[in-house]
Amino acid sequence: MNAISKYFKDLFGGLKSLAIGMKVTGSYFFHPSTIVTQQYPENRETLTMFDRFKGEVTMVHNEKNEHRCTGCGICEMNCPNGSIEVISKWEVIDEKKKKAIDKHIYHMGMCTFCGLCVKTCPSKALAFGQGFEHAVFDRSLLNKVLNQPGSVLTKEVKE
Amino acid sequence: MSPLLTTVTEMVIAGVVFLLFFAVIGLFLVYAERKVCAFFQCRLGPMRVGKWGIIQTIADFIKLMMKEIISIKKADKFLFNIAPYFVIVASFLSLGAIPFAKGLHALDFNIGVLYVMAVSSLGVLGILLAGWSSNNKYSLIGAMRSGAQMVSYELSMGLSLMTIVVLAGSMQFSEIVNGQETGWFIFKGHIPAVIAFIVYLISGTAETNRGPFDLAEAESELTAGFHVEYSGIKFAMFYLAEFMNMFIVSSIAVTMFLGGWMPFHIGHLESFNMIMDFIPPIVWYFGKTFFIIFVMMWFKWTFPRLRIDQLLTLEWKYLLPINLVNILVMTLCVLNGWHF
Repeated sequence: MNAISKYFKDLFGGLKSLAIGMKVTGSYFFHPSTIVTQQYPENRETLTMFDRFKGEVTMVHNEKNEHRCTGCGICEMNCPNGSIEVISKWEVIDEKKKKAIDKHIYHMGMCTFCGLCVKTCPSKALAFGQGFEHAVFDRSLLNKVLNQPGSVLTKEVKE
Repeated sequence: MSPLLTTVTEMVIAGVVFLLFFAVIGLFLVYAERKVCAFFQCRLGPMRVGKWGIIQTIADFIKLMMKEIISIKKADKFLFNIAPYFVIVASFLSLGAIPFAKGLHALDFNIGVLYVMAVSSLGVLGILLAGWSSNNKYSLIGAMRSGAQMVSYELSMGLSLMTIVVLAGSMQFSEIVNGQETGWFIFKGHIPAVIAFIVYLISGTAETNRGPFDLAEAESELTAGFHVEYSGIKFAMFYLAEFMNMFIVSSIAVTMFLGGWMPFHIGHLESFNMIMDFIPPIVWYFGKTFFIIFVMMWFKWTFPRLRIDQLLTLEWKYLLPINLVNILVMTLCVLNGWHF
């Protein structure tokens, strides 16, 4: 008797679970608003990537064209394959000789986008940007200088 | 014109029409499968080749035609080459018996149902030959599994169709469709017919190696199963034959359970029946067939694949006893007149 009731319980339980499954996929089919695919080249105007997207490494500049890089070279030391070259110069400020950044060279062609430079920068000068269309026909265009002609925020960055 | 010449001309024309039908429906079904599958999975499917991807299948077909046919050194060449043709011939033979509209069928045997059952078994031969002659142990395993599966589920298919034959009183397809003039058999035969319909749908998808029963091809497990060694046009033949088989199984379901080309009539309500008659029968037929094909695709993209032991358990322990009891119930209903 037990075996018979188990047989029918299995049978109807199975049919019910099948029906639940079909209801889920049926709702996906009949509601085109659930489609997650975006047609890429046509949606460039409205396309935004998510907040933490690792598009490219950029140096953060504020409205007064000031950046936070002190030229310490910690990002260059932490980069696993040498995609960063920090070229610094000596500046005389308030009669003290201080290190400042001359050129912060970023070889995007070699970058693995691991994020160690962003993480280890003590003054949080580097950040990831949202751009992803980096394809070029000339490789030398991938070697970028990250600091624009600006100056250091002396007040906010502690030495 | 002598009668012989007339017959030969008729046969040639019918053959050409069927070949074209095969090709067109095959291509359309491949495209429909890809789009339907995509919508079930919350994505879009082919969108780039032609507007909404309609030329996608033609592009795929041209690609398959241009591929190199790899010949296998130790394979049994004769069997290897004829195996796809078995599957295609089986599909063609079944296609000939199906009534598309009143009088629009190639063959009208008085044992139509038996003929279609017999002829669709030829497909199993093609699969077993393909697996064996590939000289590849994985395709052999796939073919053996598929052989076991198809042989088991043919039982259920045949028995569920017998239920309707008991209700209709004849095996001839044209008579079965004519008998549904006052209502489709799925409504006339209430409970036993609905059970037979569900059992037929399940065994039909298992018979064509489709849906959750596609262990023989197991696209991600056995690297394509019994047709792994086939390339180019031969693979295209297996692929198209699978879609045609799905179309045929769905056509038989429509003819036996849902009235074939007969519009939806309710008993003797003359005015309602006349409104329904406005839609041409061939539109009814294709509409119903594509609806059942949609349901089969729904099965495939919802349920996970069954293991071979689960497959055989389902058939021998669940479907077969239910079928046998169902035929008994249907016979009782017919004898006592407990049907509409």
